[in-house]
Amino acid sequence: MDELDGNAIGGLLQEVFGTEMTASVGTCATCGATGPVAQTVVYLRAPGTVVRCRTCTSVLMVVVGVRGRNCVDLRGLATLEVR
Amino acid sequence: MAGTTVRGRLTWQVATVSRLADETPSVRTIELQVPGWPGHRAGQHLDVRLTAEDGYQAERSYSIASAPGEPVAITVERLDDGEVSPYLTEELRPGDELELRGPIGGYFVWDADDGGRPLLLVAGGSGVVPLRSILRHHERSGATTATRLLYSSRSLPDVIYRDELDQYRDGVEVIYTLTRSQPPGWTGHAGRVDAALLAKVAWSVSQDPLTFVCGPTSFVEAVAGGLVELGYPPGQVKTERFGATGATGGT
Repeated sequence: MDELDGNAIGGLLQEVFGTEMTASVGTCATCGATGPVAQTVVYLRAPGTVVRCRTCTSVLMVVVGVRGRNCVDLRGLATLEVR
Repeated sequence: MAGTTVRGRLTWQVATVSRLADETPSVRTIELQVPGWPGHRAGQHLDVRLTAEDGYQAERSYSIASAPGEPVAITVERLDDGEVSPYLTEELRPGDELELRGPIGGYFVWDADDGGRPLLLVAGGSGVVPLRSILRHHERSGATTATRLLYSSRSLPDVIYRDELDQYRDGVEVIYTLTRSQPPGWTGHAGRVDAALLAKVAWSVSQDPLTFVCGPTSFVEAVAGGLVELGYPPGQVKTERFGATGATGGT
């Protein structure tokens, strides 16, 4: 499966959060690494979109589209800056 | 209120193809008329959505190839097993409509007022597309920032925007490396981008360069790793990956 980065989900995250998110900084709840969303590891068809920490590979975010709605799991994030 | 867009909200909209240009036998630039386009920054992308007659939808991200202020254009590489790119590169005609949303992204972007920091752009294959937007923006804005593009391509005929890139002068250097085949008498670099080539081409860390790397995932990992070995702070190398096949995301 193609391994991408957070740039690839700029559109999806803007849909979910209502604002540009690729430059936003997040903190991994598992290892504490911080960095911009653009630098995360992203799998688009996992199924659903799976976002992993580039440092420790823990799952940070899962976004699943169901019948026109996005279900978002953010348990792997300790913080996420939303501008 | 009808017809207004909430700031920050992304909405799908219909664009019209205004012009097509073949860059290589498998790469085409598609210029679009997008009503109400708010303008874009160099390095941003947009999402394209195709809907089949049975309602099946496929979405892809494509980097914007044009500079801010120019008509929106994307450059698409045909992937023979792709769902979207064969349609975009072979079927689409001027006047056709295309559903898209954008501009997208605020990380992999360069603004002309980003100070006088030298610019290092490193492209693998069609990863050159957002970097071409940056180069055009650099030129159109009259920026004097010293700039280098290191562009890795399989062969000379695979080089996208070659005529345009060959015209750069005055502080903009374009350095090619050809990985698979080189024409007779080729005096440029051959082989993949490695630590030795980066050491030759990259600005010294002490010059505080701004660095953008775009290409297939394995290419970006190799280049970013090589730059970190040269002493580049990892956080200052901006990267964008479009997967092993280019089938998703990125360009």
